[in-house]
Amino acid sequence: MYDYLIAPFLQYGFMQRALFGSLVLAVSCAPVGVFLMLRRMSLTGDAMSHAILPGAALGFVFFGLDIIPMTLGGLIVGLVVALGAGAVSRLTIQKEDASLAAFYLISLALGVLLVSWRGSSVDLMHVLFGSVLALNNAALALIVIIAVITLLALAIFWRALVAECLDPLFLRSVSRVGAPVHFLFLALAVLNLVAGFQALGTLLSVGLMMVPAAASRFWSNQVGPMCLIAIAIAAVSTLGGLLLSYHASLPSGPAIILTAGGIYFLSTLAGRRGVLRNAFTPRRHRAA
Amino acid sequence: MTDHCLRFENLTLGYAGHAAIHHLSGGVERGALTAIVGANGSGKSTLVKGIAGILKPISGICSARYRRLAYLPQQSELDRSFPARVIDLISLGFWQRRGLLGRLTKADRADLAGCLSAVGLAGFEDRPLDSLSGGQMQRALFARAMLQDADLILLDEPFNAVDARTIADLVQLVRRWAAEGRTVLCVLHDHALVREHFPQTLLLARKAVALGRTEVVLTPENLLRARNFQESWDEPAGWCEDGPSPGAGSSVGQGAVDKVSANV
Repeated sequence: MYDYLIAPFLQYGFMQRALFGSLVLAVSCAPVGVFLMLRRMSLTGDAMSHAILPGAALGFVFFGLDIIPMTLGGLIVGLVVALGAGAVSRLTIQKEDASLAAFYLISLALGVLLVSWRGSSVDLMHVLFGSVLALNNAALALIVIIAVITLLALAIFWRALVAECLDPLFLRSVSRVGAPVHFLFLALAVLNLVAGFQALGTLLSVGLMMVPAAASRFWSNQVGPMCLIAIAIAAVSTLGGLLLSYHASLPSGPAIILTAGGIYFLSTLAGRRGVLRNAFTPRRHRAA
Repeated sequence: MTDHCLRFENLTLGYAGHAAIHHLSGGVERGALTAIVGANGSGKSTLVKGIAGILKPISGICSARYRRLAYLPQQSELDRSFPARVIDLISLGFWQRRGLLGRLTKADRADLAGCLSAVGLAGFEDRPLDSLSGGQMQRALFARAMLQDADLILLDEPFNAVDARTIADLVQLVRRWAAEGRTVLCVLHDHALVREHFPQTLLLARKAVALGRTEVVLTPENLLRARNFQESWDEPAGWCEDGPSPGAGSSVGQGAVDKVSANV
């Protein structure tokens, strides 16, 4: 038991760093994912994770596989895409899903172009899949900073975020914070994806954000508890995924997301609002 | 000088350059209880949006002087599947007083419970939103409006798909608000309800047909006139040349409007 669960983290520094980095990431990403899901923007995370590719690629083209320029590039391009798509949907009749699709596809095409221009497809795979087992100090520091910013912003704007999801028209009638909060939230999503792609790669960073969030919906009917449950699921997934990756020699990113996926399926079946509970409701009913 | 809460001067509101309601002039006095009546497409909701500041005027002036506004839209963007309890929805009503960060005080919570029981939802605090019926949801939204402690209250067809008992309860609430000196505008289709409970009426047909005391406004002649108007969105419609002068736009001129509102 000890050999399986604890020894890998005590013996190897890279496992400790991986665990620390992905746990911090879990705490930061999961609540953002819950709000994305509640705004029916679950696939936005996926689109954004592709959209940041040209930024990362630009950093890669000019500075090689260095974490700081790739991160900054991804962050800038991600923000441009998120704010651009958000602005188009706020200023025109076009809904956000359509404007985001246009923006992210343009961005993705640019990214693929850049990577193929200078690098090989092996490099592209590296950018897309990342490696949690190779987190250096700079990457860890970045993840911690982003997590602190995210949690602070969520705490301060919690009420506005909930109001903007629950009843946006009401919020507009009493306050002007609706639009800024929406953009701030998009920025938070981008920040967390950028933080995630250090650990998991752009392709899978969105998984740690959305899969625990989606699973949490089967356990609670309130936003606050949902966020805590999503964090717990994300944390357990990173722990389980890293161990799986260590013992079975699997790539760490997919192992983490697959662990989260397992918890998701378990939740759809056995959750308090899951399939089984719905299928086997008691024949007796309460009068009111 | 009468104390106007709302003042329209040759107000034109619309979408993409097409007027939905035009050349509206007149005023609503502070503390008045006014029904807004008119056919579908006559510009009722548009006017309410204009007053709430959600829609900017194409031309003219819509001046609304209030401390706090409560607006219950016809087509709510409320997400009923959102994981929240009744108390989470209702307590949004504290927004104007408590803002983004202010904590709810003990008195606020007592207030909240009082509003819930006033709308007949006592003890519903922890019920999930998706378990409410249509009427209960409407009662909950009234409780939120009540909690806003607004001096200008805009209700856009609040009694759609609501049963008679709920309507009776909520109308009493609306009357109480007016009695407390709040200005209430309520979009309605039920003329009997308007005649019974609303002293003032604004009759719309993409312009003001009449504004004033309900028994003077809801006459057969006015209602007939309100039914004959061009509802359709006419893409190549000519530019409206009507001026603000009495008689050009609305057949009830400004004199009538002003005289009536002075009687309030």
